[in-house]
Amino acid sequence: MKRLTDALPALLLTALLLAGWEAACRLLDVPVYFLPPPSAVARALIHNAPILAGSAAQTFWMAFKALVVAMALGGGLAILVSLSATAERAVAPLAVTLQVTPVVAIAPLVLIWAGLDHADRAVTALAAAVAFFPVFSGVLTGLKSADPDLERLFDLHGASALQRLWRLRLPSALPFVLEGIRVAAGLSIVGAVVAEFVSGSGATQGLAWRLLEAGNRLRTPDLLAALLCLAAMGLALNAATTAIQRRVLKVLS
Amino acid sequence: MDAPELSVIARLSQAIVQYSGCPALGPIDLTVAPGEILALVGASGAGKSTALRLLAGLEHPASGHVDKPAGTRTAFVFQSPTLMPWADARTNVALPLELSGVPAREARRRADVALAAVGLGDRTTARPRQLSGGMAMRVSLARALAVEPDLLLLDEPFAALDSITRRGLIEDLHHIAATRPIAMVFVTHDVEEAAYLASRVVVLSATDGRAMRDVGMPGPLPRPEGWRADPAYRAAVEIVADALAASMRVAA
Repeated sequence: MKRLTDALPALLLTALLLAGWEAACRLLDVPVYFLPPPSAVARALIHNAPILAGSAAQTFWMAFKALVVAMALGGGLAILVSLSATAERAVAPLAVTLQVTPVVAIAPLVLIWAGLDHADRAVTALAAAVAFFPVFSGVLTGLKSADPDLERLFDLHGASALQRLWRLRLPSALPFVLEGIRVAAGLSIVGAVVAEFVSGSGATQGLAWRLLEAGNRLRTPDLLAALLCLAAMGLALNAATTAIQRRVLKVLS
Repeated sequence: MDAPELSVIARLSQAIVQYSGCPALGPIDLTVAPGEILALVGASGAGKSTALRLLAGLEHPASGHVDKPAGTRTAFVFQSPTLMPWADARTNVALPLELSGVPAREARRRADVALAAVGLGDRTTARPRQLSGGMAMRVSLARALAVEPDLLLLDEPFAALDSITRRGLIEDLHHIAATRPIAMVFVTHDVEEAAYLASRVVVLSATDGRAMRDVGMPGPLPRPEGWRADPAYRAAVEIVADALAASMRVAA
């Protein structure tokens, strides 16, 4: 009940804005291809529901695979790098280069490598490239965040590198790791959409393709419906990762 | 280099510590005898904690020597409890034992014994956040004692505690010193605490951490009732306070 009252102002404002939008479209006779009224978007949403659900599942699946790849590679590399200062000096510039290079710019290259028949692989790889850095830097920062006195305690009692990693650094790193994963999850969807735009062949059939298709045909209600799906997916993912984060942090502290 | 004789548990000889080329401590000479409670007193920045870390082997001298008989077990109590927040009291206390190769089951059993010895036998499964500051410090003490150290090093362990809790812990340390063969070295900037707890006080110079004064503290350990009002204790406090003041004048 409290949650409902908390959400009430936001819901009211949204309803008000939608009503204003609907009224403006009708009164000012705005062309549908330019700005369709919310009712038209809702009709498009219902009418296209099966296709949109399939496309959303496709985009989500590619983003999810990308996130898993980014977690495995970013986390694994960060752990390796944390064990040696030399390794860190070697890897850090490359990781930063990957981070600052716009994903759109490497998309054509990755498409060539993946092969035009496997556009979904290219999309997954590109989304993983975007999601890699937050995981890598989150894990690495976290591994270095352990209490220095606890580090000394491990020194004093002759802990092995593995004991230190497992019993001190990984538990200390968890809050940073979770934050990294939360950011990476959002970015993996962004990465998947951008990569799909660039591949642009329709072979992937994700939500971005629905956006392109609807845009090219000036079917603006369809475009907005797809956009709505994308926003909902992002919100759901964010809510899920935040919930996991809260749960784990509660157990941890 | 002479081998440390049997009556020495740790010795610093002309030890110098530098941090990135800048002198941080020394040259310092310091001997710790078995069974004694030695207080290191000095102004902030005098290098007290550095000297303690040298004794622990956590810091290495740029020149000079740190000698401990082979097989000396050393434990360290930090300024704050320094517990792993994700682990319960038992796991925290068992940690140093497990790190040095004691099987997990045996380590947990000894952890329970150590916790009981500091009066926390009923809090073995409590997380650090469920403990008061004083209790957390006791867990930290139990963790140090669980390894049955020959040398216990304490870095201002009572700094963050209220005076009642502090007095309780001082009694605990006296009790421990009376019941097992152990040498303690602790760092403090509190003159009264040093004089009450220690059997010997060494005052470090404020500028370079040389050992400037070495004063034996009178009276039996543990301290008898009303010791804080005893003229002998008051006199000892004055001596340490004067030496500390002198160490700061040199610096100024």
